[in-house]
Amino acid sequence: MNAPSEFLDYGPDAVLMAGLTGSNWRLKDYEARGGYEALRRILAEKTPPEDIIAEMKKSALRGRGGAGFPTGLKWSFMPKNYVGDKYVVCNSDEGEPGTFKDRDILRYNPHAVIEGMAIGAYAMRANRGYNYIHGEIWDTYLRCEEAVEEAYAAGLLGANILGSDFSFHLYNHHGFGAYICGEETALLESIEGKKGQPRFKPPFPASFGVYGKPTTINNTETFAAAAWIARHGGEAFLNLGRPNNGGTKIFSVSGDVARPGNFEVKLGTPFATLLEMAGGMRDGRPLKACIPGGSSMPVLPGEIMLQTDMDYDSIAKAGSMLGSGAVIVMNDTRCMVRSLLRLSYFYFEESCGQCTPCREGTGWLWRMVHRIEHGEGRMEDLDVLNSVSDNIIGRTICALGDAAAMPVKSFIKHFRDEFAYHIEHKRCLVDPYV
Amino acid sequence: MLNIEIDGKATQVAPGTSVIEAAIALDIYIPHFCYHKKLSIAANCRMCLVEVEKAPKPLPACATPVTEGMKVHTASPLAVGAQKGVMEFLLINHPLDCPICDQGGECQLQDLAVGYGASASRYLEAKRVVFHKDLGPLISAEEMTRCIQCTRCIRFSQEIGGYMEFGMINRGEHAEIVSFVGKTIDSELSGNTIDLCPVGALTSKPFRFTARTWELSRRKSVSPHDSLGSNLVVQVKGDRVMRVLPLENEAINECWISDKDRFSYDALNGPERLRTPRIRQGGQWQDVDWPTALDFVVQGLSDIVARHGAPALGALVSPHATLEEAALAARLVRGLGSDNIDSRLRQSDFRGDAHAAGIPWLGMPVAEVSTLERVLVVGSFLRKDHPLVAQRLRQVARKGTVVSMLHSVDDDWLIKVAHKSIVAPSALVSSLAGVVVAAAAARGVAAPAAFAGIAPTVAEKAIAEAFTEGKRAAIFLGNYAVQHADFAQLHAAAQALAQITGATLGFLTEAANSVGAQLAGAVPQAGGMNAAAMLAEPRKAYLVLHAEADYDFARPQAARAAFRNAELTVVLTPFAQGLDDADVLLPVSPFTETAGSFVNCEGRLQDFHGVVKPAGDTRPGWKVLRVLGTLLKLPGFDAEAATDVRALVTSGAADLMAKLDNGTRLALSAPVAAPVDAGQGPGTPAERVADVPIYFADPLVRRSRPLALTVDSRPPTARMHASLLATLGVKDGGEVRVRQGGGEAVLTATADAAVPPGVLRLAAAHPSTSHLDGLSGPVTLERA
Repeated sequence: MNAPSEFLDYGPDAVLMAGLTGSNWRLKDYEARGGYEALRRILAEKTPPEDIIAEMKKSALRGRGGAGFPTGLKWSFMPKNYVGDKYVVCNSDEGEPGTFKDRDILRYNPHAVIEGMAIGAYAMRANRGYNYIHGEIWDTYLRCEEAVEEAYAAGLLGANILGSDFSFHLYNHHGFGAYICGEETALLESIEGKKGQPRFKPPFPASFGVYGKPTTINNTETFAAAAWIARHGGEAFLNLGRPNNGGTKIFSVSGDVARPGNFEVKLGTPFATLLEMAGGMRDGRPLKACIPGGSSMPVLPGEIMLQTDMDYDSIAKAGSMLGSGAVIVMNDTRCMVRSLLRLSYFYFEESCGQCTPCREGTGWLWRMVHRIEHGEGRMEDLDVLNSVSDNIIGRTICALGDAAAMPVKSFIKHFRDEFAYHIEHKRCLVDPYV
Repeated sequence: MLNIEIDGKATQVAPGTSVIEAAIALDIYIPHFCYHKKLSIAANCRMCLVEVEKAPKPLPACATPVTEGMKVHTASPLAVGAQKGVMEFLLINHPLDCPICDQGGECQLQDLAVGYGASASRYLEAKRVVFHKDLGPLISAEEMTRCIQCTRCIRFSQEIGGYMEFGMINRGEHAEIVSFVGKTIDSELSGNTIDLCPVGALTSKPFRFTARTWELSRRKSVSPHDSLGSNLVVQVKGDRVMRVLPLENEAINECWISDKDRFSYDALNGPERLRTPRIRQGGQWQDVDWPTALDFVVQGLSDIVARHGAPALGALVSPHATLEEAALAARLVRGLGSDNIDSRLRQSDFRGDAHAAGIPWLGMPVAEVSTLERVLVVGSFLRKDHPLVAQRLRQVARKGTVVSMLHSVDDDWLIKVAHKSIVAPSALVSSLAGVVVAAAAARGVAAPAAFAGIAPTVAEKAIAEAFTEGKRAAIFLGNYAVQHADFAQLHAAAQALAQITGATLGFLTEAANSVGAQLAGAVPQAGGMNAAAMLAEPRKAYLVLHAEADYDFARPQAARAAFRNAELTVVLTPFAQGLDDADVLLPVSPFTETAGSFVNCEGRLQDFHGVVKPAGDTRPGWKVLRVLGTLLKLPGFDAEAATDVRALVTSGAADLMAKLDNGTRLALSAPVAAPVDAGQGPGTPAERVADVPIYFADPLVRRSRPLALTVDSRPPTARMHASLLATLGVKDGGEVRVRQGGGEAVLTATADAAVPPGVLRLAAAHPSTSHLDGLSGPVTLERA
């Protein structure tokens, strides 16, 4: 992890990632940017936890991990008078193909997450926390370990933080790269040392979480945003974005763009603007399709995307979901059958195998797409693909089944002719792009 | 209570009930695979998806708690569509090899596929293959491709069996059920996973491919093994018992049976069955017909009684014999004028007999064990001696019941044991006395005077103090306690503890008919000799019912010698055994070939019928005894049916229960530790603790060939603390010579941290140890 010497450019609207150089991640740098001011003030003023949650609600911050659940509301679900340990867990198991924003937050601004978690713990009266970091980014895990050590040394974590009666013990925990461990209850199982398999809900983590204790799980970016909100106020955050879609959001733009990378923009920014920030389409080729929210979200044709703004409600209206903010851009040379094959294989490999529709269905989907790609498809397969997808969606314990099936349905819906061409001519409609 | 409606039927259910439970109560069937009423909810098969009004998608009935006003549709187009979708997924990778599958005809997947499967598959891709696994001699996992990953076996092993013997490795389609790396499934309850498996992935290895389910007759019976009296379904083809399955009885065995109950049937059809009466004449065994054999016995008994007097006759009745057999044996011996009869064959201390208030029993219904809040088990190899009682305690311990243990080895019951006092056999009474003293202190009452000066240890205090809270409490004496050399004092001390703490005193009792045999009069009643006395002062004639000299007695050496030296030893047995010691072998029916009854530990009389014809010339034991009685011209042998014999013993449950009483009037005395070195020969002295291995416990189970291949049937080793091994200069795994009562055996020594220093744990009831003198007492050890 060589720290780039130049300024990291997340775009002109960046607030969470503003002023980062790649090497100014340490505690002193974060404090120089105003970090931990909010935590210090809360502890000094003994801010009532309810006020913090109210502020979160006012900010309209929605979960940045993919589901977009309002954070303030989630925090208010934690039982208030529970006797015993309560947990706050940060989900840094960023496994969705196309998503790479949390890694940047953790390696360039880890203290924002630590502060956000501490404030969250204070607001929910939790006393223990885990930051679950996926196994492939070992250096980032080590950096988080260093950052947590710094925070402990400065009295910002541990027992009686800054002399107050608030105690919060935070531990980093690394996974081993299973996608399913990003599902919040599978993540809890994994923390407990068990095989990462989702739990059925109810009970929800707020009543039965890690080790059976009340637990709230939020995404890395959510916690970083929470720290910002605590410092600047919910109103300020809301005003960055749109009503019901408060704040900025980091989008991981990848694929056929000139300058792939992370960009922090205000929610509601037009897709065209985001595309421009990413340097526009590579080689000036036309935009064919885009998956706006990570590989598990429905694909949208380019023309629809170009009319869409990047916020939860607009993308939903366009027929997809904002998800984790992974924008996968595809130009006219991309074969949609081959693209779907890659995605289907991913979900087939990453299904945990616990419940029937996902365990059996993901393999079936992949094998059918594989057949079509390899010239052995039948026209009926398209209907079977659709029907198998329907039998998976909404029938599984967790959302992985939906994640596997939704791309299939959307690819066929928007690009049925390409699949039909493949079946009929046993080859690609488009010329392969080198 | 919550008001809900399922398929238009309104009902009220308690909060926390799941939709599937509510539906079952309404007699509405929701298809399912992973759900099982005794296991935790997994919600992984998704077969039970139902439509719930206002829910955006179908919900799993097993994992969805009811809410007020909930309206459920189990057979709406949405629900059935979801169920059919799941069925299709379950079948795409299933081999559909029903014609060659052992589960065919009794397969949940097959049954439900009829209702929810399509007649043709849309799946054109290659099917998954899962490799077979070796799970040991009882469970076959040859066709794991059939597995639908319902995880019932995993949940059973963890939750009911007590430890995770099954698990699932790998992800997604590659997920497969395995045992722990390279291990077999060794639980004493393992066979239940065969019943639980909804497909043909786990099947019974001994039963496989021997019959189809529709060829079998299902007959009710009762387990002849441990004291629980598990209810069985014995499945029969022609005149052969093909397999044994549990018959659900929530009050006794719930829906489980132990492997001992399940797989012992192999011995019924085994090569060791005795098929004709035999007489030894001139040292040679001869097959004879019944009249000859009975005449020989009648002549012999009459002659001995005439020459030596009636007390020269002794009868030893196995506690596995039926109530009817025990009753007629007792009637026969008493008719001849002798009171020498006993069924407590492994007991050695009978000093409490004169003070006993009644027949020892559990002290409560079995089901009540599951409601206890505080339990102390004294002297029990609980998990192997009483697998399903242990299972009940395992469940309640998980919910907060404090289970404590007082024992001579730190036996692993796979139960969360809160407090333990593990002491050498010679210190067992004083440790229990310590608990009594501590309990008295905790309750603020005076400790018994006999225990003055005893200072409780930390562990004893903890055990005692656990009883200060919790209403429903019990103290159970296990088989080891009853077989202990100082049993009478243990009993009295346990009673004292029960009185101080308000706990119920109970006996787990050893065998299927331990209670029934005493009820039938198979114990001395008028100053006759007990089992130990009959062997210590040998009789001229013995009538032995179902017992084996080598394995079923506290002192096998003495039993063998007594039988051999007697003028006449008549053995009624289903097996050709005792060939060196007996004079007459009369083939009598095992439990499957006779009508009879057992009285279990809770005092429940359970009768059963013969399920197959007796093998060869075998006759039901009670009929043989009836004929003998008649031939001996004794009164009261005119019973025409087993029920007539039963009527001689008890008039019914009320009469029966009135005879059960765990009280003792024996005065407490100060614990005296027996001297350890009592001249057993050269070597280092030690005290012996003997368990009776689960699959050697009775004549039937010890002849089951599949069970003989299990880990629990491995030859016993001389288990001792590492410090004792060091004293002997023997390495772990080295050989050690054990001497006891003039007998000796050379055995493999193993280090076992669960055995206290100075103690030898060496199992009884096994050929390798049957030449040692007894279940307990001093031994000497030497490097071999």
